[in-house]
Amino acid sequence: MNARHMRSEELTFSNTLPNRPAAERRHGLFLLRVLIAANLLAGLYYLQWRYTASINWQHWPFALAVLAAESYSYLDAWLFGLTIWRLQRQDRPAPPVPGTTVDVFITCFNEPVELVRKTARAARAISWPHSTYILDDGNSAEIAAMAEQEGVGYLVRSAAWDGKARHAKAGNINNALFQTSGELILILDADQIAAPDILHRTLGYFSDPRVAFVQTPQWFYNVTRDDPLGAQAPLFYGPIQQGKHGWNAAFFCGSNAVLRREALMQMGISQYVRELEQRIRRRLRLAEQLLRHAKRRLPAADATHIGEALDELRSAVWRARAALRAKASIQELTWQFQRSAEAVSRRLVSDDLERIKAELAALSGNAAADRERVFLTRLDDPSVLDALARRDVSPLAAVPAVRELLLSLDLDRADEAQPLMPVARISVTEDMATSMRLHAAGWRSVYHHEVLARGLAPEDLRSSFQQRLRWAQGTLQIMLRENPLVVRGLSWGQKLMYLSTMWGYLSGLASLVYLAAPVLFLLFGILPIQSGSGEFFSHLLPYLALNQLCFFAVGRGRSLWRGQQYNLALFPLWIKALLGAIGNVYFGRELAFVVTPKTRQHETSLRLIAPQLSAIAALNIALVWGLARLALGLEAQATPTLLNALWAAYNIVALSVVLLAVGPLQRRARSRQEAGT
Amino acid sequence: MIVENRTGNVAVVRPAGRIDRLAAPVLEAELQAVVAGGAHRLVVDLGGVDFIDSSGIGALINGLRASRMAGGDLRVAQLDERAGELFRLTSLDRVLRIYGTVEQALGEYD
Repeated sequence: MNARHMRSEELTFSNTLPNRPAAERRHGLFLLRVLIAANLLAGLYYLQWRYTASINWQHWPFALAVLAAESYSYLDAWLFGLTIWRLQRQDRPAPPVPGTTVDVFITCFNEPVELVRKTARAARAISWPHSTYILDDGNSAEIAAMAEQEGVGYLVRSAAWDGKARHAKAGNINNALFQTSGELILILDADQIAAPDILHRTLGYFSDPRVAFVQTPQWFYNVTRDDPLGAQAPLFYGPIQQGKHGWNAAFFCGSNAVLRREALMQMGISQYVRELEQRIRRRLRLAEQLLRHAKRRLPAADATHIGEALDELRSAVWRARAALRAKASIQELTWQFQRSAEAVSRRLVSDDLERIKAELAALSGNAAADRERVFLTRLDDPSVLDALARRDVSPLAAVPAVRELLLSLDLDRADEAQPLMPVARISVTEDMATSMRLHAAGWRSVYHHEVLARGLAPEDLRSSFQQRLRWAQGTLQIMLRENPLVVRGLSWGQKLMYLSTMWGYLSGLASLVYLAAPVLFLLFGILPIQSGSGEFFSHLLPYLALNQLCFFAVGRGRSLWRGQQYNLALFPLWIKALLGAIGNVYFGRELAFVVTPKTRQHETSLRLIAPQLSAIAALNIALVWGLARLALGLEAQATPTLLNALWAAYNIVALSVVLLAVGPLQRRARSRQEAGT
Repeated sequence: MIVENRTGNVAVVRPAGRIDRLAAPVLEAELQAVVAGGAHRLVVDLGGVDFIDSSGIGALINGLRASRMAGGDLRVAQLDERAGELFRLTSLDRVLRIYGTVEQALGEYD
């Protein structure tokens, strides 16, 4: 912690987000809706002209790429407009119901002890009665000692998790859920300093029994005003979440949120049922084929007696499939299947034992007969038979495919530490998947627009990139795995709200087109649009102007420029995320869950921003080349040249944010800031 | 909570009152203990239970896992209307069969 942190710690918690009287809010929303409608109409006017009258077929591949990018952006404007349409400011909750019990979870994984201590103290000091727990996934002795000193609870994974899939933060919370019992749970990341009134301000919403969670903003205290890394997300923790709230689709973001245990547990149960049913169904479908193959591959010596056993197993599979079709419970169906399999195993084992006995009896003249007689009597013990027939050691299990089948056609999930996993673990961003499931099950959500916890943003470019990559990959992973448009139980509004966030992460490809377009024109004369300049301006300008106006009105004085810059500048990251998510979902490649470091990573390599630097270089060359040709009178198409030069300049300014973010510049900006305060 | 040991490895567990987030860990510990004690064929008689929430059901599912891993089973009998609704809501009725009486549940073990 440096001096700057200590100072900002002394800041008192105040309502930094201004409250506005209700009448003004209504007027504001009406004006926003007019702007949104106008923008979408202007966009329609532009786009229909682009589709019908202005494609330059001479350069058709690039012309179509530009058209696709523009269509992407227009759809994005629709989704954004729909979000804002229902913007609802929610910052005056009802008073909490007395006696509500709350557990505060601080999730940590190898963060510095003193950082977690600060968080623990703030959590302990929350004024509503509660129990505080540190959920230490790093299993560190220092954190345990600190928890003891500070008098807060300390939870680590139970023994059941040994050697099982750990599911990162989701697993950490799922483990703690079964070791605690509060009605509500406040989740805080290791660096989130909670305000003392955080529970007083959020518990009231839960008097509606349908509310599953209340999310509050994430706000970072280690970020300078000019926010070179674009860490604050004033657009998301503001108009976007407020709009989603209006559609009952506020997102749970993993920290600074209060959740209802009952809702989470119900999700855990439904999910358990769903996955179990899927697994059994899939397994039964494959089983028959599997058994047929296994039989064919048997060595000749085993062909008769094990072959017969496999046939019996096959008829057990048929019976199970019939039971599934008849809607029998999975409990009965797997029970009966396992019992049939056991009977088959047992018969095999006892056949073997009989054979051994017969062979031993034939050797009766032998001197060692006494010892064997003892052995023989033990073979008659029924418990021996039971032990040898167990599904994992029986002769049937010697056929690997069959062993796998026996283990998988059961209720328990041998590969998971606990059957119920209330916090979704299908994605590296578990939070969004969890909120989607809660919404699909009919639960309500609240976005409470008031900063009630303050944390640390990554302080260097690498960490910041890692964090964004994780969010983007996780979100796209969910989109590809559980497409919100077909999730049953979500309203259309909710589906579109989820789509909207996922859609936003596809922007990398469109950005690539937008960056390339002015370069291709200025250097090679490739123009994707065929039009007179008057016609072009009359179609584009209203759309462009209204779009910016809309954005400005939504921002209401908040600085959204940094966010806009990063949205474009991070195009390589978004593309990487998309490829990563596709690789993971369709080709089963691993997607690493990178815990965002809360301490500065001392590596500010220019290699990190090589793609942006190359783009800036190309844009600059194109800009100079184009303007030079124009000045020398070599350029016949003056208007398009000027326009593309302007576009290139905009791109350069937007991309240059990454220069601000790399080491030396950032440090200089910071010392300036510190000198100023 | 009453645990009634029947012949061999069969036991009937009869929790009473409310099985909510506070009582669920107690029930779960009891179920684990019964299974560890060798009775892995369980019947949980919910006839004396006034209220069960999803934490309570969570305890049953964890108990079910423990008994299955020991080669047994856990069967639920005498579910009341409200609990039945929670079973339907979470589609748990697809997995667990609800037995009308304890005797019925026991009968299937033979």
